[in-house]
Amino acid sequence: MINTAIMIIVVLVSVGTFFGVVLALADKRFAMEVNPLIHEVEDILPKGQCGACGYAGCAKYAEAVVEDENVPPNLCVPGKAAVAEKVAELTGKKAEAAEPKYAQLKCRGTKTAAVMAARYEGIHDCAAAKLIQGGPKGCKYGCIGFGNCVRACPFGALSMGADGLPVVDKAICTGCGKCVSTCPQALLTLQSFAAPVQVACSSHDKGPVAKKLCQNACIGCGLCMRSCEHGAIKIDRFVAVVDQEICKTCDNPTCLAKCPTKAIQELVAGCMMKEVV
Amino acid sequence: MAEYLTLFIGAVVVNNFVLTKFLGLCIFFGISKNLSASVGMGMAVTSVMTMSSILAWIVYFFVLQPLGLTFLTTIVFVVLTASFVQLLELIIKKQAPALYNMWGIYLLLIATNCIVLAVPLLNVENSYSLLKSIVFAIGSGLGFALAIILMASLREKLAYADVPKPLEGIGIAFILAGMLSLAFLGFSGML
Repeated sequence: MINTAIMIIVVLVSVGTFFGVVLALADKRFAMEVNPLIHEVEDILPKGQCGACGYAGCAKYAEAVVEDENVPPNLCVPGKAAVAEKVAELTGKKAEAAEPKYAQLKCRGTKTAAVMAARYEGIHDCAAAKLIQGGPKGCKYGCIGFGNCVRACPFGALSMGADGLPVVDKAICTGCGKCVSTCPQALLTLQSFAAPVQVACSSHDKGPVAKKLCQNACIGCGLCMRSCEHGAIKIDRFVAVVDQEICKTCDNPTCLAKCPTKAIQELVAGCMMKEVV
Repeated sequence: MAEYLTLFIGAVVVNNFVLTKFLGLCIFFGISKNLSASVGMGMAVTSVMTMSSILAWIVYFFVLQPLGLTFLTTIVFVVLTASFVQLLELIIKKQAPALYNMWGIYLLLIATNCIVLAVPLLNVENSYSLLKSIVFAIGSGLGFALAIILMASLREKLAYADVPKPLEGIGIAFILAGMLSLAFLGFSGML
């Protein structure tokens, strides 16, 4: 009886000790040198795990920025300049401020403005709705409005507006671009805070067709293109496209006045040129 | 030969650990949300199970049985598998970083998992030979991989289905697992 009890203790203690020693030795033998700086850098990052930096999560970026000299410290888009500065300070690199951007919807096909082609009764998902005849709206380029972008936002910056279009809270939006890649219509774009205008329409339908399907459509008239002295606006298949890099340098957006919003209101009601700052 | 084949097929489908014995359910539901993770998990479980079976077999027949301490089997095997998984993690982290990135992260999840413990225990309970234990362990691991890969494929499709609100997420996964299990029970008369 006593013998058995002693045996149990001996066996269990020896098994435990054996594995303890083996693990301790293995830990020494296979020790991984982890730079403590990586953890410090990771603590600074916003932990949205958005992947806007191009790495699989914040930890991976922290590792890359510490270990690799060629990885710049300003890749964290959500962290903006504040984080870039701290990361640069810790890693001894030079921070060039990442340009702040926010997500902008290039569609104004609100419930009242856009014509519906059909009533959709499937699941509440833009990608699923798009599979059926390109979505329930008459305009096949416009926002479907089931909020895939809202669900994709890791920071809660997007919400569904009463007019059936997502609203971006610019104060919260970090410009990570998750919604941009989620939107099946590719309607969201990362907008520079410096660029004064954006065309809030993506319809490639010809002017009259676009107008019939949505009263807020860009009809591709080209007035803005001709008025822009910097040549920042091009008409691409019946929709005006602004080159943000050129647009940023402009402090007098004449295109705003030229767009026939106020002048011929019933013709181009709510032309898409609008002030965004 | 036929004996080994029977044992192997039995472990993979007929007595599938997940779907007929209901072991390893926590990782089965936890990881089966995406297919590539499931494949990694299946690989990790199979290899860990095989290696810990060998280790457990040696410990049982050369230490516990001669000393007449077979009633300690469970507790010793728990220590054994847990430490072995830790050891394996340390080694592949250093020696094969690519492999570690692929399925190393799943290793810790199975350190004290019931399915990893069940296989060595059943091996010694049925007094399998070493070779038989290995065949049984590989079969069980592949059975687990099969179940989790099937489940992950179904759940990926499920993302596009219109699931009633109260059943969304884990609820519908349970129902799905139940049906999958019913299908596997169909194999029960085979051997």
